[in-house]
Amino acid sequence: MPGLITMDDLTDEEIISILDDAERLLPVARGELYLPLLKGRILGNLFFEPSTRTRMSFETAMKRLGGDVVNLGDVKSSSVVKGETLFDMIQMVDGYTDIIAMRHPRQGAAQYACDSAKVPILNGGDGAGHHPTQTMLDLFTIRRAHGKLEGLNVVLAGDLRYGRTVHSLSHALTRLGCNVTFASPESLRMPEEIVSDLKDNGAEVVETDDLFGQINTADVIYMTRIQKERFPDEDEYAKVAGAYKLHAKDLDVAKPDMIIMHPLPRVDEIHPSVDSTRHACYFEQAFNGVVARMALMCRLLGVEVPADVEKAGGII
Amino acid sequence: MSQEGNMRRVTAIKNGTVIDHIPAGKALSVLKMLGIAGDMSNPVSLVMNVPSKKMGGKDIIKVEDRELTQGELDKLSLVAPDASVAIIRAYTVAEKLEINLTEEVVNVARCTFSNCITINPREPLPHRLIVTKREPLELRCRYCGKPQDIDGLIDSLF
Repeated sequence: MPGLITMDDLTDEEIISILDDAERLLPVARGELYLPLLKGRILGNLFFEPSTRTRMSFETAMKRLGGDVVNLGDVKSSSVVKGETLFDMIQMVDGYTDIIAMRHPRQGAAQYACDSAKVPILNGGDGAGHHPTQTMLDLFTIRRAHGKLEGLNVVLAGDLRYGRTVHSLSHALTRLGCNVTFASPESLRMPEEIVSDLKDNGAEVVETDDLFGQINTADVIYMTRIQKERFPDEDEYAKVAGAYKLHAKDLDVAKPDMIIMHPLPRVDEIHPSVDSTRHACYFEQAFNGVVARMALMCRLLGVEVPADVEKAGGII
Repeated sequence: MSQEGNMRRVTAIKNGTVIDHIPAGKALSVLKMLGIAGDMSNPVSLVMNVPSKKMGGKDIIKVEDRELTQGELDKLSLVAPDASVAIIRAYTVAEKLEINLTEEVVNVARCTFSNCITINPREPLPHRLIVTKREPLELRCRYCGKPQDIDGLIDSLF
């Protein structure tokens, strides 16, 4: 069964059309309109590792569309600890649900589940691999802020090596005509195979360790968290992490409509002083997870989003 | 030593399979890939690192009383894509076979990435490596997408 495992599963036209669907679903996501497009459908949330936003926004998305959700719950109290394989787990949940959202610590788990299942699988993150539903909400956020994607200068900053969010996003951005700059410490650079894939596809990619030098030309700065455990000692971490922290005062040179995004949770990389600037977009981005996932679930379940949602929907 | 001399390092076989032009030093990997181990009863002859005009050096394997199938031989595309294979019947070459590199190499080797989902030996789906480039050979795991180190793959053969 087709699912969404990497962004390669969607054509450029499909991406744009799903973003259009998401746009129309905004009043439903906000709870202003009742539109039970997925009434009677059940989402299986299989999160084998911690998730707050992804799991909750999937759940909210399904419930806003009139469907229901079953959760794996705590992995420690599930049959996983008894040694159940992913294959067996998927066979079981496949029978209980109409669509599955999954996060797993092992890379390739989502494709493996997709090959094992009859219902569609939505990859909510597999190891350091891909996170395409996050990419869709990121694209949605950028397009809403700038009204377009093509020609924008997007800076991806921080931990580009282990941050799966930026792996999926970089593919999609370059496909849709954005100019991409990777700003990261040497030890956390974008994996070579991803850079070479992007270049093979004709993208021009700039790699730098200087984040602040990019601020004046950026349309989007996409920050990611640098994790302490990736460094051999605390001093080395402090040195590197310090070079990837944004304060409000750093943004004086920014274009007025430049937006700052972050997949969250943030730690120190965006100072709270940024929150009240016109550039802060990360909380809106988190909300957009609901609407993007609504549109994706409709698409994968073959449910059309009406052209006139206001007319099709009812009052809550 | 001449090419003929190479072939005479071991005696001609009456029936079976001769695999020639294996890259020097890879014959043991070829045996492993074909599941030919010490516990089988067929005689197996193996010469390694013999001179070759075409390759500089090469290995040769002769397996008696067993005709390898095309499917078995295709597995060798990972280590010996240019090997030549002859099926011998009554001391003469009855058939010449070519090794074909398929678009996907299934259940020949495990993905070499330590955090791939397929690392759990109890997961039942086939191990699938996709050929992304033929010259030089490049493969990626179907599941995790990681490019494979060919030498590492040989160590992770079934």
